Amino acid sequence: MLPTLHVDNLNVNFTQRATAIAAVRQVSLSVWPGECLGVVGESGSGKTQVFMAVMGLLAGNAVADGSVRFGVEEILGLDREHLNRIRGSKLTMIFQDPMTSLTPHLKVGEQLAEVLVCHAAMSWSEARVAARRMLERVRVPEAQHRMNQYPHELSGGLRQRVMIGMSLLCDPALVVADEPTTALDVTVQAQIIELLRAVRAEVGMSLVLISHDLAVVAGLADRILVMYAGRIVESAGAAELFRQARHPYTTELLKCIPSLSGPRLERLPTVRGQPPRAADELAGCAFAPRCARVAERCRVERPLLQEGGNGAAVACHYPLP
Amino acid sequence: MSELAAMNAGSSLEPLLRVNDLKVDFGSRAALHDVTFDLFAGETLGLVGESGSGKSTLARAILRLLRASTGSVSWRGRDLLSCGPGALRELRRDLQIVFQDPLASLDPRMTVGESIAEPLRIFESRLTATARGARVGEMLQRVGLAADMMGRYPHEFSGGQCQRIGIARAMILRPRLLICDEPVSSLDVSIQGQIVNLLLDLQRDDGTAMLFISHNLAVVRHLSHRILVMYSGTLVEIAARDALFAAPVHPYTRALLAAVLPPLPVARNAAQPAAFSPAMAAESPATTPPGGCAFRERCGYALAVCANNVPMLEYVAAGHQVACHRAREFIA
Repeated sequence: MLPTLHVDNLNVNFTQRATAIAAVRQVSLSVWPGECLGVVGESGSGKTQVFMAVMGLLAGNAVADGSVRFGVEEILGLDREHLNRIRGSKLTMIFQDPMTSLTPHLKVGEQLAEVLVCHAAMSWSEARVAARRMLERVRVPEAQHRMNQYPHELSGGLRQRVMIGMSLLCDPALVVADEPTTALDVTVQAQIIELLRAVRAEVGMSLVLISHDLAVVAGLADRILVMYAGRIVESAGAAELFRQARHPYTTELLKCIPSLSGPRLERLPTVRGQPPRAADELAGCAFAPRCARVAERCRVERPLLQEGGNGAAVACHYPLP
Repeated sequence: MSELAAMNAGSSLEPLLRVNDLKVDFGSRAALHDVTFDLFAGETLGLVGESGSGKSTLARAILRLLRASTGSVSWRGRDLLSCGPGALRELRRDLQIVFQDPLASLDPRMTVGESIAEPLRIFESRLTATARGARVGEMLQRVGLAADMMGRYPHEFSGGQCQRIGIARAMILRPRLLICDEPVSSLDVSIQGQIVNLLLDLQRDDGTAMLFISHNLAVVRHLSHRILVMYSGTLVEIAARDALFAAPVHPYTRALLAAVLPPLPVARNAAQPAAFSPAMAAESPATTPPGGCAFRERCGYALAVCANNVPMLEYVAAGHQVACHRAREFIA
C-alpha cells in the first residue's frame, strides 16, 4: 500500500539575525490511507513546521530539505502553480484560529463556493448549492442563513465548523488539522472533536491532528508521534502509547496532565527544567538535561529512532520497558 | 491557614474581599451582572468559565483597572470603588495581579530586575538601591531563578521563566491578595505544574489569598478551596471544591465538567459526555433576549419560568449556592 503522505528525512532551518535555527531535524513519517495520525509536542518542538513544510507554507526565512511525497508526487519545493493544484483541494489544512484563516470581507457562502469554482470547475450556482450542503454536513445550524453571513458574525465554534467544511469540499486525501480546538472553549472543543470523528467516519480521508494537548489527540488518533526539540522521539499506536509509553519524555508528559478524576494532589507533577531553545544544538539527547533516567552516554551520543516491535519506535538509549 | 480559611468560608467572619452586586457595562451591554461573593484571608478561590464569560472583567473591576457601573467592592471593610487616589494607591499594595501572557506584561526595555524592583520604588521609596537589589535577588530565588539574572531582559527568558518574573514582581510587596488571570494558560503542560506549585509555595509562606482565574477545571481543582462558576457575566454556582466536583448542580457546571476530555483514552468510554451533551445546544445563540436565565437557550432543562425570571444565587446546602430555578430538583 502506498502511503497518502510520506515525509523522508525532512529538515527545516530558519535564518534569524544571521544565525541558523533548526526547527525540524531529520523527520521521517508516513500517513496511511484512512489513518488519523496524532502529532504531539510542546511549543517549539517543530510539530507545526513539519506540516507547514508539507503544505509549502513555510515563512520566507525558512529552508526545507528532504522529501515530501503526496501519493506518488514529490511536492517539496514544488512551485506555487503546481502546488495549488493539490493544496486546498486534495491536501487541506485547518488552523487554530478560524478567524484569521477565513477572509473577513467575504460571505461564508462565497468563500466555500470559490473553492469549488477554482478546484472543481463548478459554476457559481452549482458551487453555492454544494457549499450549503457541506455546511449541513458539518452540522452548521441554519446553513442557508449562515451562507450570507460574514466570518465575524459567527461564534468561534461555528467558524471552525466552516473551516472543517471548507477543507472537505474537494474530497481531500489528507486533512491536516493544526490545534483545531485550542482557541475554543472546553464545551465547544468537545463538539468539534466529535465532528472530526464523525466526518472521518463518513469521508474516510486521512487526518493529521497536531496538538499540544494529549487529551485532544487521544480521542481521535490511531497512531501518535511525539516530538521534542525538532525530532520525533516516540511513535506508537495510540492505545499502546497511553498504556505504556517508552520514552521518558512521553511518560513525564502524560504524568503532567492534571486530571478531574483521581486523587487531588498537593503538588502538580512537573517535568523539571526548561524546554530547549531551537537555537541550542546539543551533542547528545535533547531531553537529557531534564531526564530522570539520564546517563553519561545520553549527553554525548544522540539516540536514533529505533523500531521496536509492532511498528512502534523510540529514540532513547534507555527506554522504559 | 488554608484549612482555617476553608472553614471560615460561608461563616460570619469578616472577609478580606467582599464583592456585592457588582455590575460592569460595556456601552449598552452588561459584561457583569450583580456579582456577589466573599473571599477570606489565606483562601484560594477558583473562578472558571468560558472565554467572554466575564472572568477577566471581574478581576479588572475589583482592581479598578476598569470602572464598575454599580455595586461595591470592599477590601477589609473599606470601599475600593469610591476611595480617592491616595487611598487606592495604598490599597493596591495589598492587591496584586499576574496576567496570562508573561512576556507581554513585562516592559521589554527594562531589565527583569528593574521590573521586579518597580513596586518597591513606588511603595518603599526609602529603600536604598543596595537594599532594593538585595530584595529583588531574594525574590528571584524564591521564584526559582538565580539572583544574578536580574540584569537580563525579558526576551532572554522562556515563557515559564517570564511568568516566574511576573509572579516575583507581584509578590515582592507581600500582598494579601494575588489575582491570577489565566497564569498558566499560555504555558506548555510540562511547565504549568511548575508555576502552579510555585504559587502554592508562595501562598503557604506568605499566607496570601488568591483569586485564580482559569478555563482549565483540572488545574483549578488542584489548588482551590472554593470555586466560582461564571456564565455570561453571572455567577451561576459557588461551592467548596469537593462539593462542586462531586455534585455539581447548575446544568452549565455539569455540562462544563462533562466536556473536559479525559487525559487518557482508557477512561474515555466511561467519561464521555454523551449522557449529558443533549442537554447542551451546540452553539450559544448570538443574542439571548434579556430577562430570564442567560443559559436557558443552551440548557436542556429550561422551563417557561427560565425565560421570564432571572434566577438568583441561593443556598442549596451549607456553603453551596446555585442560580437555577430547578436547582432543588437536581439535588433531590
